[in-house]
Amino acid sequence: MSTAIADVHHDPVESNVNYLNASYGIKSWLFTVDHKRIGLMYLAVITFMFTIGGVAATLMRLNLIEPQGALVEPETYNKLFSTHGIIMVFFFLVPSIPATLGNFLIPLMIGARDVAFPKLNLLSWYLFVTGCCFAMFAILSGGVDTGWTFYPPYSSLYSHTPVVIMALGVFIAGFSSILTGVNFVVTIHKMRAPGMTWFRLPLFIWAMYATSLIFILGTPVIAITLFLLGLERLFHVGIFDPAIGGDPLLFQHMFWFYSHPAVYIMILPSMGVVSELITAFSRKKIFGYSFIAFSSLAIAVISFIVWGHHMFVTGQSVYAGLVFSVLSFIVAIPSAIKVFNWTATLYKGSISYEAPMLYALGFIGLFTIGGLTGLFLASLATDVHLNGTYFVVAHFHYIMVGGALMGYLGGIHFWWPKITGRLYPDMWARIAAAVVFIGFNLTFFPQFVVGYWGMPRRYAVYPAEFQFLNIMSSAGASVLAVGYVIPLIYLTWSMRYGPPAGRNPWGAKGLEWTTLSPPPTENFDVPPIVTEDAYNYAHAEASHV
Amino acid sequence: MSEMAAHNAHAHPPGFAHQFEDAAQQKEAGTLGMWAFLVTEILFFGGMFTAYIVYRSLHLPGFIIGSHLLLVKFGATNTAVLICSSLTMALAIRSAQTGKSKGTIIWWLVLTMILGAAFLALKFTFEWRTDYLEHTVPGAFFGFEYRPEWGANAPYVQMFMCFYFFMTGLHALHMVVGLGILTVLVIMTARGKFSSEYYTPLEISGLYWHFVDIVWIFLFPLLYLIGGRYSGS
Amino acid sequence: MIGLAQIGLHNAAAALGLMPFAPPDASSIAGDVDRLYYLLTGITVFFSVLIFSIIFYFMIKYRRRSEDEVAPETHTSMALELTWTIIPSLICVVLFVWASALYVQESRPPASATEIFAIGKQWMWHLQHPEGPREINELHVPVGVPVKITLTSQDVIHDFFVPAFRVKKDALPGRYTSLWFDPTEVGKYHLFCAQYCGTNHGDMTGWIYVMSPKDYAAWLANGEKTESMAQQGEHLFTQYGCIECHVASGSGRGPSLVGLYGQPEKLASGEMRVVDETLIRQAILVPNSVHVPSYQPIMPTYQGQLTEEQILDLIAYVKSLGSQERNGK
Repeated sequence: MSTAIADVHHDPVESNVNYLNASYGIKSWLFTVDHKRIGLMYLAVITFMFTIGGVAATLMRLNLIEPQGALVEPETYNKLFSTHGIIMVFFFLVPSIPATLGNFLIPLMIGARDVAFPKLNLLSWYLFVTGCCFAMFAILSGGVDTGWTFYPPYSSLYSHTPVVIMALGVFIAGFSSILTGVNFVVTIHKMRAPGMTWFRLPLFIWAMYATSLIFILGTPVIAITLFLLGLERLFHVGIFDPAIGGDPLLFQHMFWFYSHPAVYIMILPSMGVVSELITAFSRKKIFGYSFIAFSSLAIAVISFIVWGHHMFVTGQSVYAGLVFSVLSFIVAIPSAIKVFNWTATLYKGSISYEAPMLYALGFIGLFTIGGLTGLFLASLATDVHLNGTYFVVAHFHYIMVGGALMGYLGGIHFWWPKITGRLYPDMWARIAAAVVFIGFNLTFFPQFVVGYWGMPRRYAVYPAEFQFLNIMSSAGASVLAVGYVIPLIYLTWSMRYGPPAGRNPWGAKGLEWTTLSPPPTENFDVPPIVTEDAYNYAHAEASHV
Repeated sequence: MSEMAAHNAHAHPPGFAHQFEDAAQQKEAGTLGMWAFLVTEILFFGGMFTAYIVYRSLHLPGFIIGSHLLLVKFGATNTAVLICSSLTMALAIRSAQTGKSKGTIIWWLVLTMILGAAFLALKFTFEWRTDYLEHTVPGAFFGFEYRPEWGANAPYVQMFMCFYFFMTGLHALHMVVGLGILTVLVIMTARGKFSSEYYTPLEISGLYWHFVDIVWIFLFPLLYLIGGRYSGS
Repeated sequence: MIGLAQIGLHNAAAALGLMPFAPPDASSIAGDVDRLYYLLTGITVFFSVLIFSIIFYFMIKYRRRSEDEVAPETHTSMALELTWTIIPSLICVVLFVWASALYVQESRPPASATEIFAIGKQWMWHLQHPEGPREINELHVPVGVPVKITLTSQDVIHDFFVPAFRVKKDALPGRYTSLWFDPTEVGKYHLFCAQYCGTNHGDMTGWIYVMSPKDYAAWLANGEKTESMAQQGEHLFTQYGCIECHVASGSGRGPSLVGLYGQPEKLASGEMRVVDETLIRQAILVPNSVHVPSYQPIMPTYQGQLTEEQILDLIAYVKSLGSQERNGK
């Protein structure tokens, strides 16, 4: 990369004025407009929310050890799975990579000083925190028991839980996403460094761009849907109540119109991370750059026209079923293309196995399984049998946890030295990655089997013949939980005791690796000028600095 | 001294934000950002419009009855008021663009605000108050009364009134936010922030205002004119 | 081939005392659904193993051997991109066609199917046989006779799911949905509610008893003597005053209902509708939305006065009038 780097020597951390130590005090953080600090503040909040969602999951799996419930009453179990779903979807997965890694990296990767609208970025964070506060208040008031899907008439007329407060929390957090999406789209369009053409952008940026399109187009619809639900609950009007002319299926259509694209919000950024990791750790140009870039866009666009596959058994017409089924098959193809291209990138690479790479490889394997099990659900006749069972639960956890979360962890580990200026102990990181991989499969693979066998989801109690597989799944969950705790420990440890990282500990390509670790507030000492394609590893220079 | 620091030492036009390279980039970014935001607003209102379309096609007779309950005179007047306010907003921007005095710009902005406030006043104090007194405000708390002449369509009349209040209410909320934005613009103009070189906040606020106007132009016929009108309401 | 493999696996699993891979194969389509499922499983296993193996192989063969190793450039191959786009697409086409054909079959109950009515309510299933018996959380049916279940809900959305038959359909408040199955094996099979419906969703379960014809006849005979749904409906027809206006000759204030069921009717709005369960229910609850020309829209609504069971009884009665000649008009 022919940027005029002012200083190629190793900068000792102490003499480095960077975004972390440029100013001190709580006010300098709460009133910051620096995208990097905002990214870190998001990281703190979503880690907290993940813990809440994780605790709910732990209690659920403990309860499911026994057919009649080992731990809690059904009413509590229903609140646990609802809380788990709502927190994990809206307050963890949707913001995870975009708000943390996206905020931190997008300006760095494109060679900009900050995002297009830094104050709007801070507002997004405050909106997110406000949303979290409403959600936590709802949980502390007893929690909702509607499921994360909030289907009426149950949620509008029958549930005696703080639905409106929780819906308000999701609504407000949604506006955080919308503004982030606007910010990212404008940043990527308008603030690329000279020479950074669209087709020289890292694939992470393409993925974030596609994700931001979904933020912009999809999130307002869930906002208005929950708004209508809230109004119905508050004012006893009958928008979704059949007794006074409403249609509960209209809610489902509107809900899934957002929530299906939302699952692509959750996976596209991870796919972007994987593209970065695979290239960095095989020191090779990505295979099929434009195919991966266009696949990201295709996924974003097609994701908006498949929502009906969540409603195959609602009594909608056979024709609607056929149309949504065919479109759901089509949306699978771009993802398959990506998997093949990543695999081909490894061919004749120079592969090393640090923790980020292990997460990336784990992603490819688990996402492949998760994606293929989606075909079972896109196929109408099998979906009739599988809808509403644990098969669906296993499918989406393979994608969300085996896919999105592994990508997130891989990205955190990869860019941690850049974010903090510190290295973490790679041995522990690899152990944690292996524990997560094993624990994950032990938890969720049995759920495919018990799902086909007929065990419905959201059951606090279940027939005794399903117990063995449930115990296996819960045992796996305990392993998985350990896998998540280990990084918390060593990453926190590294912030104080980790050795200094230097500009480019991995020898990776990308503008973010040319600047100091941690970067200065304005990102680059010298504004970069780009003259080569992304992942130009064939002409590698000295890797470590 | 690093190039960044040297760059920062240059004089920049008023309102320049340092994440940008130059004023042109800033203006393009601001404009694109507002358009992107308006797309989200289209989807936001669009959700309600979709629900409205579904229920109207399923329950047209009830919707016709409901529509006839509305005061077309006020709706039409409000439409004219909003269109005029878009004109005054455009003139405010034009004044800035052509380098007119602060006073001129402020005059047009304030006129826009007056028209916006008039819209809200007509809506809240005349239309909604009348609806309340006539027991056509839906829901359990405002004394909605079914009238015998509605027959079996009564639930759908209430459904229509739900959509009327939700959609015009959401629109009114956007108007209030718009008035807030205009207030800020008046203050900024008074402090001399704008010139013929830099008036981007005026321009992008104008986009927002015009959008809110256009939403009303869709709402008016969809809510007030179902089933046709011949003489008066 | 796949069928043989499936049988082989099934037997092996049974022999080893392991849980079989699928619920009992107890309906006419269960085997077809399983075959499709095994094909999907096979595809999943194949591609997963393929990707995993290739990755493992590359991981080992191309591991970094020295710090300044430079990987050679490889160039994107359009041929490769097309191959791995087209082959998955073709597989998807096959899956789509197979699954859709089965699905369409599942959506067309045979004309000879016995009609059963199921009402879901928090947290139980109420099932009605047309001959009269009513069951709670259980359904007794004879083997080999197709059954069509018309579903509705009294409160929130429920879902009628019988894993052994591989059928499932939501039960929605305010409307009717239906599913059908042809039970092929005598036995006792789980019935689950598969749409979250509140506190005791997990307890909203029951059993489907598929019986030999002899046992079924015995069960019917031993049961409480109840009137058929149509007979109950006839009582309601009088009790609620329907008979005052809906005179059989058609000369009353309302149209005759004789011979009406299943016929297309042109409504006053100009719309053509077939007189089915949904239309009759709508006529009872929102009468003037479906009134026919040449009659005044003066029918009062029965919203809130009839339970779902009573509405179904009335519908059964109207159906029973269907065999008689329609009178004039």
